[in-house]
Parts: sequence; C-alpha cells; structure tokens
Amino acid sequence: MRIGVVTFPGSLDDHDARRAVRIAGGEPVTLWHGDDSLLDVDAVVLPGGFSYGDYLRAGAIARFAPVMSALIPAAKGGLPVLGICNGFQILCESHLLPGAMIQNDHRTFICRDQRLRVENATTAWTSDFMPGEEITIVLKNQDGQYVADEATLDELEGEGRVTFRYVVEEGGHNPNGSYRDIAGITNRRGNVVGLMPHPEHSVEAGYGPSLDGLTFFTSVLKSVVNA
Amino acid sequence: MTFVAKTNIDTVEHASTTADTQQPWAALGLKADEYDRIREILGRRPTIAELAMYSVMWSEHCSYKSSKVHLAQFSENTTDEMNAKLLVGIGENAGVVDIGDGWAVTFKVESHNHPSYIEPYQGAATGVGGIVRDIMSMGARPIAVMDSLRFGAIDHADTLRVLPGIVAGVGGYGNCLGLPNIGGEVVFDSCYQGNPLVNALSVGKMRIEDIHLAKASGVGNLVVLFGAKTGGDGIGGVSVLASETFDADGSAKRPAVQVGDPFAEKVLIECCLDLYAAHVVDGIQDLGGAGLSCATSELASNGDGGMRVWLDRVPLRDTSLRVEEILMSESQERMMAVVEPAKLAEFMAITKRWDVEATVVGEVTDGKHLEVFWGDEQIIDVPPRSVAHDGPIYNRPMQRPAYLDALQGNVPDDLARPADGEGLKAALLSLMASPNLCDKSWITGQYDRYVMGNTALATPDDAGVVRVDEETGRGVAISTDCNSRYAKLDPYAGAQLALAEAYRNVATAGAVPLAISDCLNFGSPEDPGVMWQFAEAVRGIAQGCRTLGIPVTGGNVSLYNQTGDVAIHPTPLVAVLGVMDDVARRTPSGWKATVSGESDQAIYVLGTTADEFGGSAWTQVAHDHLGGLPPRVDLERERQLGEILVGASRDGLVLAAHDLSEGGLAVALAEASLRNGFGARIWLDEVCERDGVDAFTLLFSESTGRAIVAVAATAEARFTDLCMATGFAHARIGVVDGEAGALDVQGHFTLPLDELRTAHTSTLPAIFASR
Repeated sequence: MRIGVVTFPGSLDDHDARRAVRIAGGEPVTLWHGDDSLLDVDAVVLPGGFSYGDYLRAGAIARFAPVMSALIPAAKGGLPVLGICNGFQILCESHLLPGAMIQNDHRTFICRDQRLRVENATTAWTSDFMPGEEITIVLKNQDGQYVADEATLDELEGEGRVTFRYVVEEGGHNPNGSYRDIAGITNRRGNVVGLMPHPEHSVEAGYGPSLDGLTFFTSVLKSVVNA
Repeated sequence: MTFVAKTNIDTVEHASTTADTQQPWAALGLKADEYDRIREILGRRPTIAELAMYSVMWSEHCSYKSSKVHLAQFSENTTDEMNAKLLVGIGENAGVVDIGDGWAVTFKVESHNHPSYIEPYQGAATGVGGIVRDIMSMGARPIAVMDSLRFGAIDHADTLRVLPGIVAGVGGYGNCLGLPNIGGEVVFDSCYQGNPLVNALSVGKMRIEDIHLAKASGVGNLVVLFGAKTGGDGIGGVSVLASETFDADGSAKRPAVQVGDPFAEKVLIECCLDLYAAHVVDGIQDLGGAGLSCATSELASNGDGGMRVWLDRVPLRDTSLRVEEILMSESQERMMAVVEPAKLAEFMAITKRWDVEATVVGEVTDGKHLEVFWGDEQIIDVPPRSVAHDGPIYNRPMQRPAYLDALQGNVPDDLARPADGEGLKAALLSLMASPNLCDKSWITGQYDRYVMGNTALATPDDAGVVRVDEETGRGVAISTDCNSRYAKLDPYAGAQLALAEAYRNVATAGAVPLAISDCLNFGSPEDPGVMWQFAEAVRGIAQGCRTLGIPVTGGNVSLYNQTGDVAIHPTPLVAVLGVMDDVARRTPSGWKATVSGESDQAIYVLGTTADEFGGSAWTQVAHDHLGGLPPRVDLERERQLGEILVGASRDGLVLAAHDLSEGGLAVALAEASLRNGFGARIWLDEVCERDGVDAFTLLFSESTGRAIVAVAATAEARFTDLCMATGFAHARIGVVDGEAGALDVQGHFTLPLDELRTAHTSTLPAIFASR
C-alpha cells in the first residue's frame, strides 16, 4: 500500500508523516512539490509546516504548486487525502474543503496535547475509530482558527462532515477560537479529511502523548484495500 | 548579475600612497593602539574595506580579546581521557562529541543579548537562526533547539516590552524551521532590566565520517556564496552592538540588528544536507557575526593557501551598499562553501533544486593573503590569520569587588522562617507562584516541541531528550542551567553550581553526561570587578569539568551586559549533553500511574540536606534578600548521584526522578505531583533527625547533590542495594498517592493539587496573556 507524502519547501512534518505511514504498515512515497505526478500512490498526506514560509497566507502559495494540479482532480475522483495543519490549510485554499483558517484568537503559537472527539468515524481516515471516541494528539499551530460562514457551518453539521471537535471543558475555550470547536472536517465523499492537530506525532510509545494518531493511518490502509 | 560601478573606492594601491588620510577607526569600535597595530601588520594604512574587516573581527564578540587568556584554562584542564570522546574541540563553529555507534553530535550555546534588547522579535529570532547555522556548518542536521531567557522583574515595563517579542521571535523562527524546542530556562531578576539575556542552543547529528570543517584548501578550488542575498541589515552588529554598553543618550541602533527569514533557513538546511550527502563540499562556513569578513578570513586562515574574492559578484538586496558595508553586513541565511571545480555543476544543480541562489565569488590561491577585489580594483590584501586568529589579546586588570565582603556577610540566618504547618504551606504556595518557579507553559507552549517526532522529554522535565538514531533509539539529553544569584555571591562556586545542576539534570533523565558548552554572560570587561567575576567563573567551570571528567567543547562569551555602571549578575550558563542507548527508557520527572495498576510507588530522597539558604529562592521570594554564601558544591557527590540515577534508569528501577534545586525538596515534590496530577504522602521526621535539620530546612534548603525518585515496590530492594553499594545517602520519605489529589506532608500540611495548580499556573497568563 503506497501512501504519498508531499514535500513543499518549508514542509516540516513530512518525515514524521512518512514514519507514521511506515509504522502503520504502509509504504511511504515522497512526492515533490515541483512534480505534477502522484507516482501512482493509493493515498496522499499533505503534511504540516510552513509551505513557502506562509508569508502571504497559510497554504495560499502551495495550492498553486505543480503537484496540486495532479492532486486536486485525483481527490475529486476519490483518492484519499489527509491534510494535517498546513495541509488542512492547503486543502481549504484549494477548495477541496470549505472554510478557511485564520490566526489563533489569542494571537500566539500554541503547542500542547489536545483532546479531540471523533464526530465522524466513516471517512477514509477515521473508519478505525469509534464514533464519539475521545483521543489525545498533538496540536501545534499559529493559524489554526477554523472559520466559515453560518450556512457552511450548518451544512457541515447537517451532513455529518465535522470529523473532529476540540473537547472543551465547561466554560472553557477551544485552543484557537475555531468556530463551533471544529478541529477537522471532511468532504461529502469522505475521502478528503483536513484537521489542525497532528496524528503523525502520536504513533510511537515514548514519543508524543498517545498512540491515537496511528488509527488515521490504519484506517486509510483498510479503506484502500476495501475500495 | 550586472556590475555596478562604485565611485571613490579606496583601493590598496591608493592606501599605499595616502598614509595620512584620517580614518574612522574609533567610530568602528577600534582603539588607537589596535589601529596602530593594523598599520604595522600591513605596513601602510588599511583601506576602508580592510578597516571594516579588522574592526568587526577584532571586536570583543569575534576576537574574545578580553576573555582569551582565561578561556585557555578550558583546554589546560582537559585530560587525554576527557578528550577521548571529543571529535572536534574549541575553536571550530561548534564542538563535536562521539556518542557511539558511529554517531556524532555537535552542540553549542550562543548569546544574542544586545540585538534582543534593541529589537526583541528579530534579535531573538536571529539568535536561533545563527546558532542553527553554526551546527549546520559542522556537517550536521540540526535536531533540536533550547533557549535560556533572562528578563528584568516580571512586572517591570522593560520586561513587558521585550518578553512577548523575544518569546514570539524564538517561537516564530524555531517553529518555522521545524526544530523542536526541548527546554531552556526563563528567569526574572531585576538585574536584567535593560539587558535581557537570550542564550540559544542548538544540537545536531551526523555520522562521524560526515564532519565538515571551516577551511579553504586546495589551490584552484572555488569559493561559493549561497543562500540569501546580502542586504543592509546588521551592519557592524558584533562591534557596535555586542561589544559596547548602551547608554541612554546614544543614537538608535536599530540598523545593526539583523532580520531573519526562517523559511529561507529551512530550505538552506535541506539544501546543505543534500550537498553534504553528495560529497560536493570541501569546506563550509556559515555567515553570522561579521558576515563576509568573518567567513572569508576564517576559511582562508584555517586553510593552507590564500584566497581571492570578487566582492562585486556578491548578490545584493540593495545595490547602493558600499564595499565595507557588504563586508560587514550580517544578513541572515547565508553560507559559504569551498568546492572543487569538477564538482561545481553538481553543487549548482542541488542548490537549484532547492531554489537557493548560489554564486562563485572567489577561489583558493597558492598565495598567503586574502585578497578582495571590486571588479579590477583590489580593496583588501591582508594575511588572513591577522584578521581571524591573531587579533589583540588583553590581560585586563581584575579586582575582587569591594562589596563582596558585605554581601557574603549578610547571611540569611536571621530572616524570619515559617513556624508551623500553615506557614510551610504558605511558603510553598508563594514559591510555586513566584516568577522563577511558576509554570512557564504560557511561554514554552509557544514553541513546537514535537516536530521531527523524536522528542522523548521536553521542558518542564529536567532535561530535553531527543532520539538520534531511529533504529536503535540512541539519543541525547541536554540541560542548560545557571543560578546567577549564586554566581553573584561567589562566581567560582556559582559557575560550578551551574555545572552541577545541568549535570544532575541530565543524569536525572537517565543519560550519561558527556560534554559541556557554555555561554558566559557578564558585564563590562573594562570593570576590574567584572573581569574578576569572569575569571573566577571560568576557573570554576574548568576545574569542575576536570573533576567530573567531561570536556568543554566550545561556547560563547557575551560581555558588556550592563546599563551604565550597573552590570548584570554574573551569568555563566552551562549546557551539559549526555547520551542514552535508548531514549525511550528516559526517566520523566512526574509521578504517574504504573502499568496494570502495579502496587505502591515509594518516594526516596537521595543526598543529605544542610541549612543552606544563601541565594536561595525562599530568601528571594519571602524576603527579597540576597546575601551569604551559596550552597556548598561537592562535584564528587554529584558524580556518585549521577551514577545512581543513570544506573537506576538503565535497570528500570525508577519510574520518575526529579532533581532538587531552586526551592528545594518542597518545590521538587510539588512539581512532580503537578506534572501528571498525582499526589503524594510524605513524612519528614526520619530525614530531619538523620540530617539534624528542621522541617523548614529539609523542605526549602537548596543543598546540592540531591534528587527524588519514585520506585515501584517490587524494585525497592534492588534500588536501595544500588545506593548502598556506594554508601550514598538515601531515605524513603513517602509514597505516590494517585487518589488523594493532594500533596500531604504528614504532620505539617495538606495541599490540594487544584490549589497548588492554580497558584502555579496563574502567574504568567495574568501578566502576559491577551485572553
């Protein structure tokens, strides 16, 4: 099972995503931003980082990279795609997912172990979770506040496309001001998933807060087999 | 690029015929005798370009002219045995240590104090960028950073001005670079008002055969400048900023601060690693302080021939820069490589793949001089060693400060101490909420500690621990420490206490300490009292390292840290690096549940406690007092303690371990409890009786050579055997109690963890958070 991980200039978690694929039992394949080929992979991860420095707007330049000209139609055709953090931002900029990410409401970078609730366990990347399951994975971002207009948010909720929500204690705030505590969403078909937290940092005992991130990768390996 | 003609260039030829021209040596930070010496070396007046080059390279920051005579003690105290693990020592961009299995690590800590005062965000950001390039230039992949930050009083206006920017700069640069920030310190003390300290550390890894050095050799080899274009930022940063004291009436020095682009540096890292892997780099040097002046003169000085450089080939952001400005610019994200002509095409193909601009700017010659041209006109013709290595050396006057007797005589023995359990509880709460001991996650949460996926421990654990080899788990632990209040009371002991604490922290995490780097932050070397402090601290570190058997691999000296006549406390920061066979076995600092509900965990305190409150956190928080002598240092005892902690970790005997330092046993117990929300029941009587101290002293004294550990009931016998084998003092003082939700010091007080957590975590957000 070949899972591609795209390296943009400024990608940071590409190596980690490839490691996670390997630990889950897949074969990681390096995809280069400047090539317009997906090398026949079975799924793609857009990793975290600061593609092209993110000096304009997170993901705004990466969206135009040659590799995206191959990825966007493939994703529309059903190829499983996971966008993590900067990858999520790129998916929004590419209009593969609705909404946008803006700066955290507290205006500072945040890195912490974050509890999430799995709201949709039917996507290509979440099928090994139980619906409603709570997981803890790493969150780290500067521009992690998910925003969209009310109609879009209602549509996402109505169609069950909110995939992950931040678990917020009563009276508390979610970590970045995301509307309706949304941490991750999917497209209608359920093959494209974007989320701010980082499953690839929670796949090995001793490194990261849990092993919950591994389930993303085992999920997609199964869904590719079943497809 | 197109050749831009410069008018009125001061050529070597012109300089030879115009001996009487007045030159701005004083404005460039040179002293009269230094200028005379340059004329003597050259046998004529220097050109303005040569003057610029000497001025930055002979600055305090680059030449270590006031500190060199003392720093020699580091190598004098290094035995052959200590050197055995050292692959590259002092004098290169960073030292390199053999950690086994063919792996080498390089690490170094460096100051960026003055730029961070002027422009907090860029000053701190480029501090991170600069140290990371030092690591890259050894041939290594950077794998982590740490930052030790020191600010004025937490509620002082200057702290409010600089802290948010410095923290955002450290985070903004390091996060975008993709390097985990695994530790460091945040210290508040009014002595740093107007002079914050930003000491940045980076560590990198490589295979031993991949070590690269900064030297230009091989006649006909090409000198390639690559990375960012050269601009007008940071001109004279090392001479004007880092080597002078600020005075209130001085002109604004903003143009001397560099501006960082972490994205460019991230690309540069990956590009360099591809260049190393392709074996197309013969010699390499980063461009940091003193920019092209430093890179060209050091490469040429370390090589076996001369070097010729055409400055007009340097890609510029601003074509109006004068030649001397191009030579002094500290524009960031630039590197200089020496490349064999046959390998140039491959070199260029790799830089192109990463969209990194690379330009051949010169060549290695069979001459003896560094020659720099603008077009056809020669503007520099100097012996490179005279610039890079044979700068002035000062043996400055030293004098033990007159105030020291009174300071050391002002012992803390008569300060009012808590009389009962309620008083002890209140003292612990106030310490845990105090600026230096409170929870720092408002700051450290702005740093990515997880990127690269190799972080096994990070702050607030005792040491940062990262994996080096993904196959075996072999990795390193690092801790940086300095208590400058101790160093103020006694700089020799203070430096050794910094060494002892960093050593202890690394061992507490389970790693064998291997080597140190240091960052020596002091006031003006022109003050004999400061110079005495400096010499004492260096002597302390050098002799301490000899006792512990670990070498100094390199480091950095930052002088002129003072405002007006008032110097900062001497701050000899020590970073100790240790190695572990498998970092997954590291020992965390907090109590935690055992696997499958294993039975009780006992808490042991290792070491003995005496009444030692000089410079302690309690005297600062409770009485705003600084006086007496710092705790006694016993490095032999530290070594024994380290062996027990490392052995216990290796044999799986301890579930948690935490070192005892500022705030003593009470603070260590509170931190270990808060880490994962597990309380403890503690009894003190037996140890009080053994050590002849009362409960207050046992809880808050800062005696050294101590740690607490949590041991599973099933491992207690083996653990106590381990301690008894070397006769090391150990006592069972309690048990971990996950149910109680409190730190219960029996017979004295019970402190609910919720109350403790609220006190501990509220301090920084109350002052700095926007929400």
